[in-house]
Amino acid sequence: MSDSHSDNGGRRRFLIGAAGALGAAGAAAVATPFIMSMLPSARAKAAGAPVEIDVSKLEAGMMMTSEWRGQPVWVVNRTPETLAQLAKNADRLRDPGSENSEQPEYCKNPNRSSAEHPNLLVVVGICTHLGCSPQDRMKAGNAAGMGEDWPGGFFCPCHGSKFDMAARVFQNVPAPLNMRIPPHMYLADGRLLVGADKSKGA
Amino acid sequence: MSTASENTKLAQVTQWIDARFPMSSLWRDHISEYYAPKNFNFWYYFGSLAMLVLVIQLVTGIFLTMNYKPDARYAFASVEYIMRDVNYGWLIRYMHSTGASMFFVVVYLHMCRGLMYGSYRKPRELVWIIGMAIYLCLMGEAFMGYLLPWGQMSYWGAQVIISLFDAISPPLALWIRGDFVVSDATLNRFFAFHVIALPLVLVGLVLVHIIALHEVGSNNPDGVEIKKHKDPVTHKPLDGINFHPYYTLKDLVGVSVFLGIFSAVVFFAPEMGGYFLEANNFIPADPMKTPPHIAPVWYFTPFYAILRAIPQKQLGVIAMGAAVMIFLALPWLDRGLVKSIRYRGTLYKTAFGLFITAFLILGYMGTQDPNLWYVNPTSQICTVIYFSFFLLMPIYTRMDKSRQAPDRVTS
Amino acid sequence: MKQHSRLMKLLFSLAALTALSAGLAGQPVLAHEELTLERAPIVEGDKASLQRGARAFANYCQSCHSAQYLRYSRLTDIGLSEEEIKANLMFASEKIGDTMTVAMDKSDAKAWFGNPPPDLSVEARVRGADWLYSYLRGFYKDPSRPTGWNNTVYHNVGMPHVLYELQGVQNMVGEEGAKSLKLVHPGKLSEAEYSQFTADLVNYLVWMAEPAKSTRIQIGVLAIFFFVLAFFVTLALKKEFWKDIH
Repeated sequence: MSDSHSDNGGRRRFLIGAAGALGAAGAAAVATPFIMSMLPSARAKAAGAPVEIDVSKLEAGMMMTSEWRGQPVWVVNRTPETLAQLAKNADRLRDPGSENSEQPEYCKNPNRSSAEHPNLLVVVGICTHLGCSPQDRMKAGNAAGMGEDWPGGFFCPCHGSKFDMAARVFQNVPAPLNMRIPPHMYLADGRLLVGADKSKGA
Repeated sequence: MSTASENTKLAQVTQWIDARFPMSSLWRDHISEYYAPKNFNFWYYFGSLAMLVLVIQLVTGIFLTMNYKPDARYAFASVEYIMRDVNYGWLIRYMHSTGASMFFVVVYLHMCRGLMYGSYRKPRELVWIIGMAIYLCLMGEAFMGYLLPWGQMSYWGAQVIISLFDAISPPLALWIRGDFVVSDATLNRFFAFHVIALPLVLVGLVLVHIIALHEVGSNNPDGVEIKKHKDPVTHKPLDGINFHPYYTLKDLVGVSVFLGIFSAVVFFAPEMGGYFLEANNFIPADPMKTPPHIAPVWYFTPFYAILRAIPQKQLGVIAMGAAVMIFLALPWLDRGLVKSIRYRGTLYKTAFGLFITAFLILGYMGTQDPNLWYVNPTSQICTVIYFSFFLLMPIYTRMDKSRQAPDRVTS
Repeated sequence: MKQHSRLMKLLFSLAALTALSAGLAGQPVLAHEELTLERAPIVEGDKASLQRGARAFANYCQSCHSAQYLRYSRLTDIGLSEEEIKANLMFASEKIGDTMTVAMDKSDAKAWFGNPPPDLSVEARVRGADWLYSYLRGFYKDPSRPTGWNNTVYHNVGMPHVLYELQGVQNMVGEEGAKSLKLVHPGKLSEAEYSQFTADLVNYLVWMAEPAKSTRIQIGVLAIFFFVLAFFVTLALKKEFWKDIH
């Protein structure tokens, strides 16, 4: 080992660098488990796991409610008349093409449903304004007290937001977006799996 | 390398802070220009290591608290939840349980250094007293922390030790427990003490401990006062060296060795044969069923042995308390002419050797079944030796034929 | 003085080494039991053995004993797929993320067995592999007991010999002070097969008690390498700066 100062300076800098690099690597390695521990645990993941819903007995015009990740999920079996009405709502809606709302790619269509079952609407039953759960106003017309030209849909009692039978939000209401369509896929024997789809796997 | 303009910016920020907070002067007085004796040896690693373990316990403790439930119905299950369902929860748990034991390994070695080199002697009596306060708080912190997993040992260990307070005053035990037996009420308040009260006190005491030390300067293995010989121009102690970078870098080596040993335990032997994580503590607490053999965790066993050695309950409690508190009297019991064991005579060295041996044997006896024939007699003999080390110290330290301590440090 | 500190260092390292090896030995320190236990011939990490053990646990133990801290989904760690788990190991219509609970009512259990059958999630950390292995092999016929069975390892246990069809029936024979177990009725499995069966089951119980164990050891190896490297680098750095002293 040379005793000259220039050598010392170089060696010193190298060792400081090496120790610094090891320290940084060590710090990153130690920080990782602590940060990871704050991500959802196995219990949280199990509670938030996809749910299976049996839709085989859902009649046309009927709706059933289930739960996924602590929120209500509606499955609505829409009649052909209801589906036909959807296109006519366009000029009363804020976002008829669902450009800004949250839905899987395979549901970005006028019916907001997957091609396998275009009649089935699978939607998270939470108003996109401040999180209340809207009420059933599926019957068209004044039967539900919504006015003669009501095409059928959902009404949120908290601040008066209105959604049509594809869960698309009307204009001039507080809610900004169409209601959220969760990832979902259809399994054998009329079972619907909510929370997973073919792109991510079950 | 920074440019001239960056240097100025840094200097400007530094000046701005220094005008409002003594940042640079604190750095100089306590780190870069704190002069420590240049002959620190192996025994001088344990102060900085104790601070490291304190940080480890605080950080792992905070993350455990995110998932632990201090409710008698859920506590045990929440620990298993951490071990299995929380990402890397098992690692955080093992670090905390290993850290608790390592804290005592480090602290006992740190205290042993103090004993050997006379670090408690004038003018460092207050450093020693504050250190003893830290030790007492640490024992309380460990005792309360051990109840939290709510296993059989947690429950019954707490039950036994709190009932000792019955010997002092029955209402006292009731007040500590908050109930007629150790219960959910006890668990919740021990949680509050363990997570908030005692950590705050500990951090405060450590700060005060270091301030007191820096006021008088560190001792060293030769027991020589380095401030006696200063450079006439710089006023720097001739045998002193800057704490930074010399001892920051040396302590860093100590840290890497310690963390290597720490990791070996955490990753390969976290239970340590049942001494760090006891097998019986994997059984959920059952107030109806007492385990056949209740023993405290290893770091309390010497004092537990002393407690059991005295046949009468109240005297046993007093003896156990006295065994801890008597350390406080050391600065005034020691009448020797030299500080460091290096220059003491055979009489002192024998007394010291006997004391350490007795302490270790007592520790072992504390783990053993008291019904075995050798446990009580051995504990009693060792208890006598233990107390004699202190009580006879004014006599034998005066009689001790010590050598002349050097004027300047040697190695 | 230098000699003293070297001696101290040697004694200290010896003490530390002894402590560490005691820890590495790994067997739990339980209350003083004067038992001779058979060594459990398990190979931790043997996935095939663990899978057989999982099946044995589900088929023979889970009607009475829960493992409430373990989720079915965790079994993917021992090489099973979620479909395999659902098909072979989950008998009620539970979800894969559910924990291994049991249907038996606690008050019923107490009435039938004296004490409810304990949860077995961490039993292996309480007893140790050798104890469990010897226990499963130590049942013998005892007409004085309500279940008709007793156990050499756990005297007067409340559990009947659930596996007697596999092991066969053992009797306690011999004079006082020289007693041993003798197989008087063979079971469906031979001695060697029952040995393997119980070893697999114990292996599984050990795994259940700490599923993260293999990960822990893997990361540990990396950690030790890191700190050995860190030691040499920090030591070199320290020595470099300490050249200035003296």
